[in-house]
Parts: sequence; structure tokens; C-alpha cells
Amino acid sequence: MFVELRLHGRGGQGIVTASEMLVEAATIDGYYGQSIPIFGAERRGAPVTASARISDQPIRRHSQIYNPDIVAVFDPLFLLRGEVTAGLKDSGEIVVNHRTQPDIKKYKVHIVDATRIAMENGLVVAGWAVVNTAMLGAIAKVLGTISKGALEKVVRMRWSGDLGDRNIRAALQAFGEVV
Amino acid sequence: MILTGNYAVSYGVKVARAEVVAAYPITPQTQIIEKLAELIAKGDLRAKYIRVESEHSAMAACIAAEACGARAFTATSSHGLAYMSELVFWAGMGRFPVTMAVVNRTLAPPWSIWNEHTDLLAQRDAGWVIMMCSSAQEAYDTAIQAFRIAEDERLLQPVMYGLDAFSLSHTAENVDLLDQSVVDGFLPKLDPAKLPVYMDPDNPITFGNLLGPDAMMEFRHLTKEAFDRAPAVIEQVAQEFSKISGRPQTGLFDDYRCSDAEVALVAIGASSGDAMDAADNLRDRGVRAGVIRLKAIRPFPGREVRERIGGVKAIAVVDRDYSYGFGGIIGGELSSCLKGGVHRYVAGLGGRDITIGDFEGMMDDALSKAERGEDAKEVWWGLKELA
Repeated sequence: MFVELRLHGRGGQGIVTASEMLVEAATIDGYYGQSIPIFGAERRGAPVTASARISDQPIRRHSQIYNPDIVAVFDPLFLLRGEVTAGLKDSGEIVVNHRTQPDIKKYKVHIVDATRIAMENGLVVAGWAVVNTAMLGAIAKVLGTISKGALEKVVRMRWSGDLGDRNIRAALQAFGEVV
Repeated sequence: MILTGNYAVSYGVKVARAEVVAAYPITPQTQIIEKLAELIAKGDLRAKYIRVESEHSAMAACIAAEACGARAFTATSSHGLAYMSELVFWAGMGRFPVTMAVVNRTLAPPWSIWNEHTDLLAQRDAGWVIMMCSSAQEAYDTAIQAFRIAEDERLLQPVMYGLDAFSLSHTAENVDLLDQSVVDGFLPKLDPAKLPVYMDPDNPITFGNLLGPDAMMEFRHLTKEAFDRAPAVIEQVAQEFSKISGRPQTGLFDDYRCSDAEVALVAIGASSGDAMDAADNLRDRGVRAGVIRLKAIRPFPGREVRERIGGVKAIAVVDRDYSYGFGGIIGGELSSCLKGGVHRYVAGLGGRDITIGDFEGMMDDALSKAERGEDAKEVWWGLKELA
């Protein structure tokens, strides 16, 4: 198994954190992984990407990811941006934070209403729904290789107490809801 | 667990029980120092953190710490290393076993924060052991071994090791950490009695005095002899570390599938894994390709590499660095150790990605030129036409 993923979001949305948690969860389940941030300066609110590799073999390459198997889109508006599907394999899949199935024919699209899930769990900072743990849960489900137990563990490693509980609920809810 | 290359170094330095960490905390500093400051503040590492006003002073503080018998570490990057350079030589020529991590970045102008190896390689004549890491795990393992190598009585020279900016420094990947007790058994406390310079209040001496032409050559020759012993020290430390960690370690270099190769590519740093994946791809289509990954740049394992690939039909060397008016630095160094030409590829300057396809292309290019009997010459790989 060798999967490459690219995450699209806005600076400050926690996509690097999501990418790291995803890889961390995969390693808990016995896989090898790499979490790769964008190579440069981040700006809050601006479009940014992070990427990840997950494999059942040690990964020795360090070049960037050009042909992902999965792209995850944290901001629904980003579906309008061409860069989201740039290089995506023909067999590639999209996981998007979206209420309804978008009109995309070429790829299999999984939707999850991560914004609603984040709000329901009180994950709002400065009026901004913090969707990264919900998206993490959805990506994990689509990947099919990450257990709920590993998800809980990596969220708990980052946030303790009530905040940890709410983030775990968001991740598990998205894991269950993504279609 | 997963760690970035930066944090892997921090945890390696922690478990190696560094006693002094001196650093200038402003750009171009790395997260290595940030994490160490945090570990020291929390009491997880019992060390003196000295916040200095420049990298020049950081190295001065590390030298002074070693002169007092304390294990010292610092980290820097690009311009910080360049600014530190005078004291880098002082540590090397004075034989202070400091260790230092360098996140490789491009020197300006124009400004850049991206990966290039010229910053590290520009320090290659300073009397330091110089290494390049190829993974976060190796960064952790090297951070620990560097102290053993530096403090070995046969060597007693400082050690610096490079991490490619972003692709290693900021990429998080699997890292297994060692228990403190295991590392304590491998790396004993620094014994000041063996240091060439030890400032002992009970036995006051002066050092760093003027030395005339009548004795300087002999003094320098002692350092040259230390470096003659360095390869054996590095290999032995790597072997012992393999035993305590259960992970195979690279001493001077990796030989990946070169024994029957018709084309061998020589690379350093984080992208050497991509080169190995490229070699596998070439073999899948019937080309016998191999890779030499140099971990040690100083001492330069030229003779050892020649023994492995001296007879290979085509040798390609990749340089993510450049010496203007000469050529790629590693290519030049390797050429001086090999008979016949080396196909020299300059690639990835300023942080441009070197892909697996690029490495395949270089090996194909080198082999086809060798088969046509063309002279080896320098190629700037992927150079765009100026508009």
C-alpha cells in the first residue's frame, strides 16, 4: 500500500496539523508515513496545501507530491480552484467539506459537512469553524486504513480535557457521516 | 511516533545530555533550538541555554563551554552559518568537540529560505567532520553519534551535520526514540581530562597564543592526522550505534545496488532516497543502476567510493550546490578521487525539487553519453530558457 494525499485549505485552518495527525494515526496502526507542509511562508486565510504519504513500507523519498491519490478540500469554495485537481490521478478521489454533492464527473467525490460538525461540537475560534479534526475523521474513513482508536489517540495527544473530547467527537462523527 | 527532522535533532541532543546550548534565536534559526529551549525550560533537559546576540557569539559560547569540559551544541542555517564562519574555523583548528546541526538553505541574494547545500559545503575546510542526513530517523541517530565521534580521543574535532531545508527539516516522518539508559551506555559523560584545551582553575594555562611559522605546520599536521583516523572512528561509532539501536547505521556512505551496476549516481542528503527509488525504476526496465549516498563529506570517503564504483561504466554526480568558476562541489571532489570522467549534474539550486524522474533522467543521460563515448561535462539539469 502506498497512498499520496494533498490537503487544500486556508492558512490557519490547521491543515498541517491535520496532515500530521493523519500520518501519526497511520503509524499507530503500523504504517509508515510522511507529513509534508508547504515549503514556504504561510499566510493566514490564503490558500495553502499540505501533503502526506502513507505506506506499508518505509518511505525514503522526500520529493514533493505531484500525482496524489486523494485530495482533501477543507474549504468548499476551493472546489472552484483548478489547483485542487491538478495532477490528481485519474483513479483519484476527492474528500470535500461540502453540504451537497458537487457537480464533478471525473472523480469520485466524498462529501462531509465538516463546518456543521465543527459548530455542533463547539469548535469555533474567532467565529471561524475549526474543521481540521472533522476533516481528519472523513479522510481516515475514505483511506480505510486508519482505525477509530488511532484517531482518538492522535487527537488526545494534541488536546486534553473537554477540548480533546469535542475534537474526538468531531472526528468520529465525520468518520461516520462522510459519504 | 512521527517527528520533523528539526525535532528529531532536538530529541537526539536531549538524550545525548548536552550541557550547554548556545543560540541566536532569530531568523535564520531553526525549530531545533526552539524545541531545545522548551525542553530546558521544562526541566526535561538539564542544560544551560545561552541566548546570544549572534551566531558568531553562539559558536564562541560553545567553544568556551567545551573548554570548560561541558558538552555543547548549537544549530543554525545559511546566513547564520556564514556569519559564524570565523568561529567555525576556531572550533575546528582549536579541536573543540562542539556539535552543530545545519538546516541547509540558500544564501542570498536574492533572498531565499529554500534548500541548497552550498552553505554547509562552504565550511568544508574548517576542520570539522561534516555529514548529511537523509531522513528524520538518521537526524536523530546522527545527533547522538555526533557527540561520540567529536569526543573520541582519536579525533577530538567538532562535527556538523546538514538537514535539507523543508524536505527534511519540516517533513514529519517515523522516528523511533531510544531510552535514556541505552544512550547513557553508549555516550558516557564528557571527560575533560582528554580535551586538548581544558580550562581547569586548579591548573591554569593560556591557549590561543601566537604561533610562529616554525611550528604552525606541525600543529596543523596533528589535525590532519586526526582526520586520517576519522573514517575508522565514524565507522566504529556507527557499528556500535547499530547494536544499541537495532537500526542499521551508515558510517561514511551507503552503497545501494552498485555491485553489478553499469550506471552509479552519487548523491547526498534527503533526496538520495528518491535517487534510490529511481535506481529501482531503472532496474525494472533493465538498466543496472545503483546509488552511492555520501553521509560523510569530511572526511571525504573518496578511496572507499572508488573501490565500489571505480569500474562502473557511467558515474553521475548530483550537486545541489555550486562553486562559481569551478563547478559542483561534490562532483569536483569525487573527480579528484576517480580515474576518468564523472558526469556532473547541478540540480535543485534554491530549493527546486529534484524528482525521481529527474534522477532517472540523469542516470539515463550519463549512461547514454558513456556508451556513445562522449566526454563527461557539467549539465545544469532542468534549466529553463530565460524569457
